[in-house]
Amino acid sequence: MFMGSIECTESGMAVATALTAVESSGSAAGGAILAVDNITKRFETSEAAIIAVDGVSLSVAHGEFVGVIGPSGCGKSTLFNIIGGLLDGYEGTVKVAGDLVRGPHPAIGMIFQEESTFPWRTVIDNVAFPLEIVGIAKGERYERAKHFVSLVGLDGFERRYPAELSGGMRQRVSMARTLAAQPKILLMDEPFAALDEQTRLLLGDKVLQIQQELKQTTLLITHNITEAVQLSDRILVMTYRPGKLKRMIKIDLPRPRSSEIVSSEAFGRYVAQIWSDLREEASRGLHADEAAKLKQGGQS
Amino acid sequence: MSVPITRTSWFPAVLSFGTIFATMLLVELFIRFGLINRFIVPLPTDIMAALPRVIIEEQVFSRFLLTAAEAFSASILVTIFGVAGGALLYRFRLLREATETWVAAVAAAPLVLIYPLYLVIFGRNATTIVVMGFTAGLAPVMLKTLEGLAGTRRVLIDVGRSFNLTPWQQFWKILFPAALPTIFVGMRLGLIFALINIVGVEFLINFGGLGQLINELAERYDLAGTYAAISFVILISINVFILTEWLERWLRPVE
Repeated sequence: MFMGSIECTESGMAVATALTAVESSGSAAGGAILAVDNITKRFETSEAAIIAVDGVSLSVAHGEFVGVIGPSGCGKSTLFNIIGGLLDGYEGTVKVAGDLVRGPHPAIGMIFQEESTFPWRTVIDNVAFPLEIVGIAKGERYERAKHFVSLVGLDGFERRYPAELSGGMRQRVSMARTLAAQPKILLMDEPFAALDEQTRLLLGDKVLQIQQELKQTTLLITHNITEAVQLSDRILVMTYRPGKLKRMIKIDLPRPRSSEIVSSEAFGRYVAQIWSDLREEASRGLHADEAAKLKQGGQS
Repeated sequence: MSVPITRTSWFPAVLSFGTIFATMLLVELFIRFGLINRFIVPLPTDIMAALPRVIIEEQVFSRFLLTAAEAFSASILVTIFGVAGGALLYRFRLLREATETWVAAVAAAPLVLIYPLYLVIFGRNATTIVVMGFTAGLAPVMLKTLEGLAGTRRVLIDVGRSFNLTPWQQFWKILFPAALPTIFVGMRLGLIFALINIVGVEFLINFGGLGQLINELAERYDLAGTYAAISFVILISINVFILTEWLERWLRPVE
């Protein structure tokens, strides 16, 4: 499972995935609750097949916070949808506590990049939604939902509708709703992408606090380096299309953490290290985008 | 700092009623100065004066109840079959591709012309009128239901999928409430189309209700009374529209 092989990117440059030592000595090696093994996903287009994710393997241990970072178009969201059971037709396997994932799995809770609260439900009804689905009585589900509303710091907003809340508050409602289902693994796809940097850092604090309190196993998909370093125990860097795992970086920053850590020297070193890995991939992505646009322009 | 008058909450309502009043005043003046023939369009003041007479002497209340009962029956049918039809078109892609154009064509067609056929099938009775209203209102409700369901944000459907919802739960807990505002637009259109056709067919077949009242007053050449009855029907349509808006706000308090 993600054992430091030498992989070649499209540009021909050998990328040493010097990860074996860290992976085997890291927390994931023992009791991995999430095991993703050799996932490959192709999308057929009218011109050719596009390989979105290519042979990705990773594992996440109980209580661990793992970040997956990569440039736009590297297949992060495809990977998110595959692990969450929303996408099929791929090669490889996803297992949760040894159980093969063949579709949406009750042990996996998903938080989406796009705003996903139900606008017709109040905050409390949004959060109680997964409990309502499984048939928990109204009184009990409200009681439980209140706990999660409080956990994300939205006490007093229970009877408000999403339209009455800010973007950050709505994302917290989504988070509380997912946590209310008490998933074993929390899967987050750039949950703060639409928010400004300051709100993003503060919500990062909230995520850290929740993770600390619940010992929640979390897999975060992001393209934001600061966010990934602030939150993660390990960061997996992905290449631009086809999306492969390029490197794994263990984040040895002390826990409990807060957003204050972003000003530390060690934090800056991690950010620089990840950027040096990502830079080549991001510029490849940028050039590919420009070439595609040029081609489109030429055809039209 | 004082709020400009155009930004006050009551200004739109005043502007709305003011515009109606100004138009009526203009028509009144045009008629009085001979620019409009008073044997074609009666004086607005005469129409207003005729309204109480029409209401009292022409048993408007009982006629209104008949039209309302027909409109209510047609509305129930339109809502049930329109929403169900739209949901079916959404669910079965092939059905949608095969029929959507036809449904859209039906929505734009002058369906009232079909009433002689209904007279033959159902006879000269309330059933013909209800079926006519139903026919007229069905297509907009179906199309708007389809539009609303198809326009549900992908992420909301994915949230439902991530919680392992059954197809039934997916429909009632996510798709239907998400589509409700658009469905209501269709229902409002459908109900108004149904009401127009109901009054129209009452007028054409001279069978009870407010349509028959307009027909009778026109045949008596009671122009002011005819226009007063027409105004009454317009007022009812406006109220139906407002009622559906309230109902929507009650079902979807904040968006």
